[in-house]
Amino acid sequence: MEIKSVKYRIGKNYGFKALVIIFAFACVVPLLFILSYILEQGITKINWRFLVNVPRPVGETGGGIVNALMGTILIIICASLIAIPIGILAGIYLSENKKSRLAYWSRLCVDILQGVPSIVIGIVAYFWLVKPFGFSAISGSVALAIMMLPIIVRSTEETLKLLPASLKEAAFALGMPFHRVIFKVIVPVGISGILSGVMLSIARITGETAPLLFTAFGNPYLNFKIWKPMESLPHVIFTYATSPYDEWKDLAWGASLILLVWVLLLNIFTKLITRKWKVQL
Amino acid sequence: MNTSVENGGITRSDRPLRVINSTPDAITKAKRRIRRSFRQIRTETVFRQTLMIIGLLMIVLVLGILLTLVVKSLPSIQALGLKYLWGKTWDPVQDIYGAAPFLLGTLISSFLALIISVPFSLAVAIFLGEYYPNGWLPDFLKNAVELIAAVPSVIYGFWALAVLVPIVRTFESKIGVAPLGQGIFASSLILAVMIIPYAASLGRSMIQLVPSQLKEAAYGLGATRWEVIRSVILPYTKSGLFAGVLLSLGRALGETMAVTMVIGNTSLMPHSIFGYGNTMASVIANEFTEADKPVYVSALIELGLVLFLVTVVINLIGKKIIDRFTND
Repeated sequence: MEIKSVKYRIGKNYGFKALVIIFAFACVVPLLFILSYILEQGITKINWRFLVNVPRPVGETGGGIVNALMGTILIIICASLIAIPIGILAGIYLSENKKSRLAYWSRLCVDILQGVPSIVIGIVAYFWLVKPFGFSAISGSVALAIMMLPIIVRSTEETLKLLPASLKEAAFALGMPFHRVIFKVIVPVGISGILSGVMLSIARITGETAPLLFTAFGNPYLNFKIWKPMESLPHVIFTYATSPYDEWKDLAWGASLILLVWVLLLNIFTKLITRKWKVQL
Repeated sequence: MNTSVENGGITRSDRPLRVINSTPDAITKAKRRIRRSFRQIRTETVFRQTLMIIGLLMIVLVLGILLTLVVKSLPSIQALGLKYLWGKTWDPVQDIYGAAPFLLGTLISSFLALIISVPFSLAVAIFLGEYYPNGWLPDFLKNAVELIAAVPSVIYGFWALAVLVPIVRTFESKIGVAPLGQGIFASSLILAVMIIPYAASLGRSMIQLVPSQLKEAAYGLGATRWEVIRSVILPYTKSGLFAGVLLSLGRALGETMAVTMVIGNTSLMPHSIFGYGNTMASVIANEFTEADKPVYVSALIELGLVLFLVTVVINLIGKKIIDRFTND
């Protein structure tokens, strides 16, 4: 093998390092562009009327997105009510039964669920709930809950797996029944991991549009009935962004900024939780 | 499930409690205590069963999704058969359904996005995993890359529509193709940005798993850092990095909103990467609510079924590789 000069090799070393640094930080550039552009476009559109009015027809000014804002909040609350208890219990089941065959298949299914494209979940929710009962906010919530499940299950399982067995054994030795050991010892100790999983799952579904297209459907009026079609922020962005009217595009920019800020806050909040309540054992 | 053993062999008799004080009051108290522990045992059994049912629910959910997709796409499977997959024409008005344009559109846009994003995510992984694992600048980069994954896809789509499409249009007119702006190329670009984090974060944790003895041995032989990366780290993490790329691909295939907004939505076969196209996910998003004929609906669901099966296989292979890698 030909031996190359040391100078050449050192040069190549530095060249590669520079390349890695350039490429790595190039990833941040589009993100900064997107964040600053949304901020720039959105900040001028947001005012009090934007937050309390429903959208106006084309040609009238002063429309807002209160219906989408309330709709998103309601849909997310319903989805959380469905997904959080089931997700945490499933996580507990998987961490308590590491070896059983049912747990193996259950775990596999959670993995599968994590990779299912959101549009497919939308189709399935359409047939499960919209076909028999009509377009409704609750069908959107169910679709989003299915998307939340794997994140909550996996984070709960991973957190509880890391807890030392001595904790549980000590509680059992005191004669505590199984359910009390879980709820009074295991879950409180692992609450930071569980909570961060919950927050991450909420952050993820907040921006999901595809499952809502065929379920919650959208609604230009303010509505609090969960069995009726309901507007949501991502859906309002989608419809107005692809519309040809400038007034509607302005609404979409404002809605984008609100959605973005919301998602970013949730992510930062999650980071703070994990840092503050870090399980130290 | 053997609760009576775990609870110290409590049996259904009043005797095991040695009653020293045999006043009627003390006896009722003792009885109450026993009844309470039975109640706890019962609750415990119920709780264990609930957990098992919830575990079962996950399986039922996935099987239910699969079953729904299969049953609802049966009409189109029966009517069109395997021809469906390579039929080149999609014309619901004439009742001709061929999925080839969408399969091809999905493949082209996803792989193009993958090719564009892999160098970047690899660079992030090497930078964070090997060059600078700690410090404020790497922390900033790490958080920024995580943020890329957090931004909703509809916002990517909107931004791409407003900013990226005009840029692509200028670029296309410079290189002399039809300046459409929207199309497969623009959607690949925005997809590439969106899938960077998945391969990057997995690659970083894989690179950090490389045993330091291996690296130190190479340094001891006089290797430069680049040589260590090329001949120790990359071969060692090969399968893990591949898994990261697979997971990115799974994301790209299923991504709906951003693609739908910029790909141009045509049902014709894509001719070049600068032309309009459509992916499986985007055609479902566009046409599902307006599909009026049973075969039309069912053909769209069959697309969803294909998408489901492909992403499931890709994700499971990726997960298997990761499991094997981290357990070694």
